[in-house]
Amino acid sequence: MIKGTVKIASEICKGCELCIVACPQDSLQLSREINLRGYRYAELKDDNCTGCINCALVCPDSAITVYRMPKKSK
Amino acid sequence: MEENVLEGLECVYVKPDTLTDKYQHYCPGCGHGVVHKVLMEVIEELGIQDKTIGVAPVGCSVFAYNYMNVDMQEAAHGRASAVATGVKRVLPDKYVYSYQGDGDLAAIGTGETIHTVNRGENILMIFINNGIYGMTGGQMAPTSLPGQVTSTTPYGRDPKKIGYPLKITDLLANLPGAYYVTRQAVHTPNAVRKLKKAIKNSFEYQLLDRGTCFIEVVSNCPSGWKMTPVDTIKYLEEEMLPQYPLGDLKVPQNN
Amino acid sequence: MTKEIRLMKGNEALAEASIRAGLQAYFGYPITPQSEVLEYFAEQAPKRGFTVLQAESEVASINMVFGAAGAGARVMTSSSSPGISLMQEGLSYIAAGELPCLIVNVNRGGPGLGTIQPGQGDYFQSTKGGGHGDYHLIVLAPSSVQEMADFVFEGFKLAEKYRNPVMILTDGALGQMMEKVELPPEGSLPYVRPEWATTGKAATRERNIVTTLFIEPEVMEQVNIKLQKKYTEICEKEVRYETINCEDAEIVLCAYGLSARISQKAMDLAREGGIKAGIFRPITLYPYPYEILNKLAETADHFLDVEMNAGQMIEDVRLGVNGKKPVHFTGRMGGMIPDPEVIYQEIVKIVGKK
Repeated sequence: MIKGTVKIASEICKGCELCIVACPQDSLQLSREINLRGYRYAELKDDNCTGCINCALVCPDSAITVYRMPKKSK
Repeated sequence: MEENVLEGLECVYVKPDTLTDKYQHYCPGCGHGVVHKVLMEVIEELGIQDKTIGVAPVGCSVFAYNYMNVDMQEAAHGRASAVATGVKRVLPDKYVYSYQGDGDLAAIGTGETIHTVNRGENILMIFINNGIYGMTGGQMAPTSLPGQVTSTTPYGRDPKKIGYPLKITDLLANLPGAYYVTRQAVHTPNAVRKLKKAIKNSFEYQLLDRGTCFIEVVSNCPSGWKMTPVDTIKYLEEEMLPQYPLGDLKVPQNN
Repeated sequence: MTKEIRLMKGNEALAEASIRAGLQAYFGYPITPQSEVLEYFAEQAPKRGFTVLQAESEVASINMVFGAAGAGARVMTSSSSPGISLMQEGLSYIAAGELPCLIVNVNRGGPGLGTIQPGQGDYFQSTKGGGHGDYHLIVLAPSSVQEMADFVFEGFKLAEKYRNPVMILTDGALGQMMEKVELPPEGSLPYVRPEWATTGKAATRERNIVTTLFIEPEVMEQVNIKLQKKYTEICEKEVRYETINCEDAEIVLCAYGLSARISQKAMDLAREGGIKAGIFRPITLYPYPYEILNKLAETADHFLDVEMNAGQMIEDVRLGVNGKKPVHFTGRMGGMIPDPEVIYQEIVKIVGKK
């Protein structure tokens, strides 16, 4: 079961890579493809995302939406 | 298929509605976008969109009003805090903030900056310090570092000839009109969290009417510094922060 | 409060009238000979509920006016020549942002730091732009303490009607002289906060933006076209002037403000001496009353422009007369006031009889 995931607006992303270095799980990478504005964009590499939101916090273009498994009440 | 991936997950971070959908003109990796975002998050979380007026500067963030979904005025170069004063004085019950870069706030607008804080104008002043003139193409700023190469200091900034980095935030912290003065940054997730907290506190302080809140944000300028956005993180940490150490310079006194 | 007759200094009458006209905020910086305006407001503000702020400079003042006007308040500033020069950038922004406000210039002699004595050397600056870009202020020129008060009401009305800055261009003598003035009752000028003002984005509307930046030239040109359309309308509808004894005049003295008062004395001397002299006094310096001048040029033989400068309005007089008749000039500069007797001698010289 995955813990978290991100959705990245690939047409808004400018490929600055700040999210990639901010990710503690090393889950992100730059795409091989380019978007309409000519940028390679950030994308999920592995599904080991924990939904920590670090990538979204440092994203200057607010291109990242983060989802996380709700914490189960014990 | 995408729906399946998201099934059972909750959304924990999404662009605030107080930020418009307009594509931002900033260069890749520019700190302006981060500050815009957390500022708008705070306005959304506090539910004060209908009570907030922002003032944009001249500089890279001259178009801030295209992205911030609040009522805004675009001021002349250096005069954002005077314009914000005009707004606040006639709308004292509203939240007012100004948003300026280093050239705007600490060079051409130094007089307005000091006197706005000296009057204890009950507004939030946000000061983006990236040590360079971004919009005009990378010229020296009052906050440029000693030795820093810019298009107008091609041999490096020589303090003996052109002065030292102006630590205007340190100056302002000495003024009785200042209520809360802090220096934050945007280069790491934790720095962004702290910045957001500082902005939130500042808006809440406006209700107290105790004086000016002033937040310097040490930011980056990949285009002006002529390096990749990722490299700016290192430069910011190693070169900028020793000159501009992070933390509170004046904390609110309970009285 | 009802109508009231008082003996007041021009500057104070202007300030008192502003309060009665529903002034909400004043931002200014001390400068002779208009400091009484700020002083009067500072004294009255706590009692009568409006904002007054002594700014750190004229640059700050005019930008505070920008902010307050953008927030929809009825707002004004005042200064004298060197201070008004400092405000020119802000005035260009205010005109471009179409923000209504009132600016008072108590003109003194220049250029440079000049003198604190009255002058009219700011005519070009006031009427032709002053700051950068294609814009105009509406410029009102009082020639009595009564008009110093009346034109405040007129000024706010015009400013709000056209969303355009209005300047009252007066001088140090009118500002300092004391005369009887009838003041209108307080609250006689209705005020509605405009819909475009930045007051906080209600959920029911799009955000309001006050900006003067239109980076695409196609858009910037459209903004200019809109402004010019407004100026054309102002020129069609808002021209104001006074003529005295022009019906049979062989020579028409053209003067505004204090010069017009002095010219009136010269006119009397001329009439006593058997010369049919008249007065043309523009009240709006922008829009300028060209048409009436052109009409007067059909009957009068000479025009004598009288100013407290080296001859600035004379260019507009010439445009109005349009070559039909000769236009002459007499004036004093640098804070000196023309002598009616000297003007009379000039009239005699021009008309050629005694």
